[in-house]
Amino acid sequence: MANAALSTPGIPMQPRGLEKKQTWLERLRKGDEVVHLITLSGAWSIIVITGLLVQHLWVYSAIARHTFGWRFLFTSTWDPVNGLFGAWPFVYGTIVTSILALVIAIPIGLGTAIFLAELAPRKISDALTFLVELLAAVPSVIYGLVGIFLLIPILTTAMPYFQKVFGWLPIFSGTFYGVSYFSAAVILAIMVVPFIVSISREVLLAVPVSQREAMMALGATKWDVTWRAVVPYARQGIMGSIFLALARALGETMAVTMVIGNVAQVSTSLLAPGYTIAAVIANEFTEATGDLYLHALIELGLVLFAVTMIINALARLLMLTMRGHEVTG
Amino acid sequence: MKTLMKPFDLSQLSKAHEVRFAGSEGMEEQLPWPQFTVADLNFFYGRQQALKNINLIVPNKRVTAFIGPSGCGKTTLLRTFNRMNETIPGTRVEGSIRLAEKDLFSVPATTLRRVVGMVFQKPTPFPKSIFDNVAYGLHLEHRLRRTEIADKVEQSLRRAALWDEVKDKLNQSANGISGGQQQRLCIARALAVDPEVLLLDEPCSALDPISTAKIEDLLFELKKFCTIIIVTHNMLQAARVADYVGFFLSGELIELNRSKQIFQNPEKQETQDYITGRFG
Repeated sequence: MANAALSTPGIPMQPRGLEKKQTWLERLRKGDEVVHLITLSGAWSIIVITGLLVQHLWVYSAIARHTFGWRFLFTSTWDPVNGLFGAWPFVYGTIVTSILALVIAIPIGLGTAIFLAELAPRKISDALTFLVELLAAVPSVIYGLVGIFLLIPILTTAMPYFQKVFGWLPIFSGTFYGVSYFSAAVILAIMVVPFIVSISREVLLAVPVSQREAMMALGATKWDVTWRAVVPYARQGIMGSIFLALARALGETMAVTMVIGNVAQVSTSLLAPGYTIAAVIANEFTEATGDLYLHALIELGLVLFAVTMIINALARLLMLTMRGHEVTG
Repeated sequence: MKTLMKPFDLSQLSKAHEVRFAGSEGMEEQLPWPQFTVADLNFFYGRQQALKNINLIVPNKRVTAFIGPSGCGKTTLLRTFNRMNETIPGTRVEGSIRLAEKDLFSVPATTLRRVVGMVFQKPTPFPKSIFDNVAYGLHLEHRLRRTEIADKVEQSLRRAALWDEVKDKLNQSANGISGGQQQRLCIARALAVDPEVLLLDEPCSALDPISTAKIEDLLFELKKFCTIIIVTHNMLQAARVADYVGFFLSGELIELNRSKQIFQNPEKQETQDYITGRFG
């Protein structure tokens, strides 16, 4: 009782209004409880929706799971006529196109974000950012059309020259017919660049001026300030943008199915046609005759879910180990 | 280079205002070399003029404090000495500043900032380990060996009176130490590249009295090998640490003189008003 010393002896000092405990209703009226409930239910709904999703995928893939077991993941035959289903070509296609897309998109996206945040005058930066964000809003079917009518002809023209130099590499060997993992990855890269640019730019702009000035005061050049103060400080946010891009790439359906060739095979060459999980589900769902076929497709959905989770977890693990080298507070 | 310089007459300290020192006791102390010589300096943020016709000399290896109310231009002047203002778009400088004998604006800014270090109002540790924070400036240019860097880091931390407190946790994050320690870490970081000048922009305004006292004690040690310019709102602090004090008001240098003179017998009425708190 710090107040005791101030109070007149004999008369205990009682702060007014504190003597009675607030009832639940009173707190409700003050709003705290309401806000708490609303936000809490929002948070719970995410868990419930995810849970229901997994549960449904699990239940409706039962027949396929029981028929093939773990073999489903690692066999490459996809033969609906004879009732043989193996997911490996789709898993492979999904992972290959997404990773390749990120390999292309990260340097472009990060470079653009750094230019927009650090080097470009504010007006140009805002205008360009608007355009970039517009790109994110373009429906994926449009990207698919761009892929078919613009990208594939360009790639087909350029590929012989490219192969003269890099054709000895197994990943660039074989004949190029246009539709391929590579085309899909390029389209995916174009689609995810806006995510990386938009979010990374925001995070870069949010780096406190004090950090930049502190580094500049040590005689750092613009390059040093960007790479050693700004980017490390914003690293978590940049990683976040890349995760989002990865999630988008893994799940993209329409644009990919239009340029990947839709052939259920596994090839080392990136120039060969392939297939992805999302694409096969979209293409074959309406034709799925028979329970086993349907359940196999739904199990593919489950696999996609798992692949997304695993890749995200791996990426996060990678980030954690990277952070281990440089201590962050 | 230093042989070319002449020690300046103390009456030149604030040439624009013809300040003269009363009596002859000024002549007894050893005359310092000018570190900065500022002539007819004007500074603009867009159309707004922040510094008006500043003429002054900052003595070498002394502590000079700039005081004055907010917005009087003292921080702007400080940031002109390492050309930090250039990073703000729309600013313009007129007039000349010489660093020793060299034109300040002829040196590349990145080189200049290694000679003229700066510590900011709020501690600005990088999100790295304590060791890496101090070693940062060393990594920027010199190609030093690992042991040399370690020695330099220790020396700088000792100079900043922080070594004993952090020597066992050099690899821990710099964000984990207290605000006062962070500020001394920033001083150590600035000292690591052996600057000739250390600019301090209200270095204690975010710190508690004990940390403030530690930094003030530090300045007495640092001025043996460094010229120090400190901007402060705290007049007691200026009186405690500074050898020379400049009083600024609305972009003008009202008076620059030895600390004792300013606080005991200022020449100008404005200075008198400000230091006695009758201002505004």
